[in-house]
Amino acid sequence: MKSSYSEKIHVWGRIWCSLALVMFTLYPVAASIYYKAWPNGISLLKGLIGVAPIFWTVGAIEAFTFAPMLGSGGSYLGFVTGNLTNLKVPCALNAMEIAGVKPGTEEGELISTIAIAVSSIVTTLIIFLGVILLSQLQPILESELLAPAFDNILPALFGALAVVFISKNWKIAMAPLIFMLVLFISVPSLAGSVSVLVPVGAIIAIGAARILYNKGYL
Amino acid sequence: MRDFDLNSMFLFIVAGIIVVFVMAQSIFFLYKAWNRARELGMTGSILKRVARASAAFTVAPAIAIILGVITLSKFLGLPLPWLRLSILGALTYELPAATSAAAALGVSISEGVTDPQVYSTIAWVMTLGIMSGLIIITLFLKKIQEGIQSLKKRDTKWGDIFLNALFLGMISAFLGMIFADVTTGLEGWIPVFVMLISSLLMLVCGFFVQVLKVKWMEDYALPISMLGAMALSIPITKLLG
Repeated sequence: MKSSYSEKIHVWGRIWCSLALVMFTLYPVAASIYYKAWPNGISLLKGLIGVAPIFWTVGAIEAFTFAPMLGSGGSYLGFVTGNLTNLKVPCALNAMEIAGVKPGTEEGELISTIAIAVSSIVTTLIIFLGVILLSQLQPILESELLAPAFDNILPALFGALAVVFISKNWKIAMAPLIFMLVLFISVPSLAGSVSVLVPVGAIIAIGAARILYNKGYL
Repeated sequence: MRDFDLNSMFLFIVAGIIVVFVMAQSIFFLYKAWNRARELGMTGSILKRVARASAAFTVAPAIAIILGVITLSKFLGLPLPWLRLSILGALTYELPAATSAAAALGVSISEGVTDPQVYSTIAWVMTLGIMSGLIIITLFLKKIQEGIQSLKKRDTKWGDIFLNALFLGMISAFLGMIFADVTTGLEGWIPVFVMLISSLLMLVCGFFVQVLKVKWMEDYALPISMLGAMALSIPITKLLG
């Protein structure tokens, strides 16, 4: 019974994700054909050189860091629907916490998949409404009054998450937290590369946890 | 050649088809996971709680994503940003990708694109520049999960600690980033204060849930803390900014 779901999820996931890759390419292909405007190879390459080395690396890092947390179904879906660090990963962690299940178990995997699926559906609907009502919403969303709220969405999110997860695992959290505080305060310009530093934090946390575990402190 | 329009019906339809596809995938996985969870004996009420909590949490970040659509739409029209931010990407990627493609073509991102070739180049760069994560997941997720399972089989306790350490590493990186501007003066502390308020609100919610037994609040503690801290960031910014 157990093997059937966990085996099938990879078959479904691979089919859906392969189709997604084709679908995502459909947009530039359709635009190029419809307007008879294929990109010039050199410009395309130049544009790609500006982003691909960084974002292909970030994508690879995210795949290896988030997949174990999100489980199979959650990862197949999360990597198609995007907005992982600011939305899907915190959403899945919060859901597993509420349901009292652990990542890496089948129950954890299912709760994470449900959370990511619901979050994706709600996000898609809200953005769709946003696009339809854009002219009405734009002055509100771009108003100076609300600007600080949107500027501070990540501190507002991670402050609350930190309380839950750090209070339960403060021994593991100390080393990566101190490292990141010192690093960002000494080199503020790194704020733009936070995605690249996620695995650095993870490696430090895992290293510190291993030492504490071996010494019997965990 | 057709007249080029950033907001043409054709582009909206193509983007719409892809968004519907992604929606279908979400519904498919939701259905499969829900049924499997019921088979395993998880109650419908806990699954509904998870769904409600996830939906409530999603609202604020999703509205922030609309802001991203607005930002990009001044340059790229609506269909492409709508599509890119509904799937795969995030503004932190899409904006640099569009900027890089525009720079390679020598066009400015402060006004709407008028040349179809510029537009298609940007669409190609935005699409191809971010595919690695999805490709790796498609090809290697099974291997990654098998690795985690064998780690857990060898030592269950260490397996759990390992997964906890992974997300503590992620949370640490983001918490560190919040302190990036503290050396610039009082204004640089605003994100830190917002973070502290959010933490404090979470503790207050915890008090309500655990001591006063206000059970429903458990599911909404994260969105309540987040929205509360975002709202309070407005007076804090006025005071310190």
